[in-house]
Amino acid sequence: MPKDHGIGASSKRREDVRFLTGKGRYTDDINIRGQAYVHFLRSDVAHGKINGLDTSAAESAPGVLRVFTGADFEGVGGLPCGWQVTDREGNPMQEPAHPVLAQGKVRHVGDPIAAVVAETYEQARDAAEQITVDIEELPAVMDMKAALKPDAPKVHEDLTSNLCYDWGFVEENREATNAAFEKAHHVTTLELVNQRLVANPMEPRVAIGDYAAHSDESTLYTTSQNPHVIRLLMGAFVLGIPEHKLRVVAPDVGGGFGSKIFHYAEEAFCTFAAKALKRPVKWVSSRSEAFLSDAQGRDHVTRIELALDAEGHFQALRTETYANMGAYLSTFSTSVPTWLHGTLMAGNYRTPLIYVNVKAVFTNTVPVDAYRGAGRPEATFQLERVIDKAAREMGIDPVELRRRNFVTEFPYATPVAVEYDTGDYNATLDRALEMADWDGFEARAAESAKKGLWRGRGINSYIEACGIAPSQLVGQLGARAGLYESATVRVNATGGLVVMTGSHSHGQGHETAFPQVIADMIGIDESQVEIVHGDTANTPMGMGTYGSRSIAVGGSAMVRAAEKVIAKAKKIAAHLMEAAPEDVELKDGQFSVAGTDKSIAWGDVTLAAYVPHNYPLDEIEPGLEETAFYDPSNFTYPAGAYVCEVEVDPETGKVRVDRFAAADDFGNVVNPMIVEGQVHGGLAQGIGQALLEGCTYDETGQLLSASYMDYAMPRADDLPSFQVDHSCQTPCTHNPLGVKGCGEAGAIGSPPALVNAVVDALQRGGKDVTHIDMPLSPARVWAAMQ
Amino acid sequence: MSKISMTVNGKPASGEAEGRTLLVEFLRGELGLTGTHVGCDTSQCGACVVHVNGEAVKACTMFAGEADGAEVTTIEGMANPDGSLNAIQQAFQDHHGLQCGFCTPGMVMSAAALLKDNPKPSEAEVRDYLEGNICRCTGYHNIVKAIMAASGQDVTAIAAE
Ligand code: FES
Ligand code: FES
Repeated sequence: MPKDHGIGASSKRREDVRFLTGKGRYTDDINIRGQAYVHFLRSDVAHGKINGLDTSAAESAPGVLRVFTGADFEGVGGLPCGWQVTDREGNPMQEPAHPVLAQGKVRHVGDPIAAVVAETYEQARDAAEQITVDIEELPAVMDMKAALKPDAPKVHEDLTSNLCYDWGFVEENREATNAAFEKAHHVTTLELVNQRLVANPMEPRVAIGDYAAHSDESTLYTTSQNPHVIRLLMGAFVLGIPEHKLRVVAPDVGGGFGSKIFHYAEEAFCTFAAKALKRPVKWVSSRSEAFLSDAQGRDHVTRIELALDAEGHFQALRTETYANMGAYLSTFSTSVPTWLHGTLMAGNYRTPLIYVNVKAVFTNTVPVDAYRGAGRPEATFQLERVIDKAAREMGIDPVELRRRNFVTEFPYATPVAVEYDTGDYNATLDRALEMADWDGFEARAAESAKKGLWRGRGINSYIEACGIAPSQLVGQLGARAGLYESATVRVNATGGLVVMTGSHSHGQGHETAFPQVIADMIGIDESQVEIVHGDTANTPMGMGTYGSRSIAVGGSAMVRAAEKVIAKAKKIAAHLMEAAPEDVELKDGQFSVAGTDKSIAWGDVTLAAYVPHNYPLDEIEPGLEETAFYDPSNFTYPAGAYVCEVEVDPETGKVRVDRFAAADDFGNVVNPMIVEGQVHGGLAQGIGQALLEGCTYDETGQLLSASYMDYAMPRADDLPSFQVDHSCQTPCTHNPLGVKGCGEAGAIGSPPALVNAVVDALQRGGKDVTHIDMPLSPARVWAAMQ
Repeated sequence: MSKISMTVNGKPASGEAEGRTLLVEFLRGELGLTGTHVGCDTSQCGACVVHVNGEAVKACTMFAGEADGAEVTTIEGMANPDGSLNAIQQAFQDHHGLQCGFCTPGMVMSAAALLKDNPKPSEAEVRDYLEGNICRCTGYHNIVKAIMAASGQDVTAIAAE
């Protein structure tokens, strides 16, 4: 029987009621009395020198309060990068300045040059049109390999080149890896592109700065996945506002997928301008502006080689990747192609030697940073594509080749610095094949053939490292932040609880799932527990939500805080029942003393904590509220296997996804309904990448895919219904809930399964196609067939 | 600026609008009905769908002035008179048809319009009808399921749980 409450129950989401009735409170729904509006004048050239800027006409335009330019921000810090990568020689990466408003130069289409603040948004926009900018256009640096040539124009003059870093991992394994290739029975090589994507949460970004002169306090309302991180970065590095004078609120947020992790110029601008003008200042991104200003994702060009012995055992793996950083270093950009990518190159397999080389390159494009999966989809795509190609070349069944190389004993230390705690890759693969009716394929292929269509099937196994991360480890790797999570559990006198968490929910359903855990621990109804998140003023310092970390890290912090609460409550109960605390048990909301019939209700104990008339005041303080900071000792390693079946129309190259089965091992699951929803969403984004989406620039740096007319978002009729399963559960060994994280799996595991399926279909149709770069548009598939 | 009056969610409502003010701006800004969302500027996403005289309309494609005198229904007017969720809203909650909730008002308004015209749509018809509504969170699986369930159909066959 499925559970109907607590951990493991598909409790319905309480937040849905407000969203379904139009009562959500997103940042754009907030309007502060007296607010002014800002419009950013953005560069329409990709690379240029600003020789002159005349704002006088705009300044005297109707309703304009002030026009800001780079000069106003000269004394202000730039937007910081949160992760310093060290190159192969041990040198720090090249780190350019990232001004809030352009200082003398523009480096991508959309780079903000000036900001007009006016009484209305229309006035601000109209006035911005009256600003004249004299820009001397410079050649745009677009192609990554060309950008590294010695005579290439430089995106940043003060750097020695367009190379941010040349990273080798594990550098000590390089020679041994090369030697293994010399001796290999077979080497499979593949060159591929993991194309640039735009995260596109449906809610565009919004920022509102507010300043209270009486308390000298600034407040920023923003569409963020991690308000505390924004407060720290903006306060300490950009504007020089101490945390106690700065509050950051991220209310209901309409999706993030990584793009709302980062600290953006518009946030700093609104906070700064509100103080300068003593007026609230609001910015609402249009979708077109989002395409030019939200950090984008992926954009790797890779050559991967796999060395195998005669039986198909993996001997060594070697990759060379060019990773596009865009024009500036966005907050976590540098960690994505390195520590979130290189560490995953072992995949689910025992490959004894791995060497990963990544060259991060500056170009005149919008900055690139984490997007759902961040580094792990790129790793998985290369690996699972090259394995499929190797299977074909060696005449080994792709399922069998994977099984032959699976890691089967845990813990398993990979040659790329991580240790998998648990997993069962055969079990998820079995389950995926079963759901997809793998054995019934030939009959379906025959049916497709009758319609003149080629059917193909692809599989893929994936692993990801989630729940970032052990702070000391990431500190050694260059992170400029700790990556713990926090929670305060406040018990009220009448027994209800409020959990204040540093995790942030922007669709993940924390308000429902987190109470399920607490309710189970105490044995009370979920409705007795309320979750508070998204406001630095009433939550403990926390790192926020990304990298599938909320339940694994934030949930663990909450459990630790609740354990402290329960331990104290047991002392109070022991006093009231005249028993020893170690004999007191808590079950179903009742404290009892083992071996006696003494018992007392949860609510009586909580009341005693706040009305301490009969209370051990010489031993413990009144009140019942505890905080915990949880720093994980390892990543968690969700893993699984996906099967995709497609039909390809040989006349047009059109691909239709007919079925998609996903078997995931997320360890223990708190709310299966929410977990399945997370997988569905990830699958749609992964299938979107594989089939439809692509962010493209022309050679002058103009963004060609700058709206939903040109950037193909997956729509309901592009996707099938999915078969998903999470019944294979190997609990995480090092967090209290045994959970692993589920937010990114779908986006990581689906692109290779789909591309493998299309290549399979073409091969079955008699075409010798071994790879097609994503998105697999009809034109590309058709071209590959010719 | 001119004065615009309409019936919104069964009640008379009026406010000031410029000629270029869009219906969605009027609803959100002038009437404070922030349940209707703006997700794009090219009429592609459907976050702004409302009903005007009973028809589903993208409120970013219509000027407020064009709705002068019309009957407009927004997401705020969809619940049952006692405030409980209506059948479509309830199905969205029951089948986890929403995550961040941003596309949700438009989805619910579109679903209501679909079911009015086609009370028992097939899965393919639902997917086809939703072509103008983008959701980035759910992969549509549970939205499709919710709409079919709201139409009284058995949804256990829609892929595995
Ligand atoms: S806001 Fe109306 S369609 Fe996107
Ligand atoms: S629920 Fe987030 S966009 Fe649909």
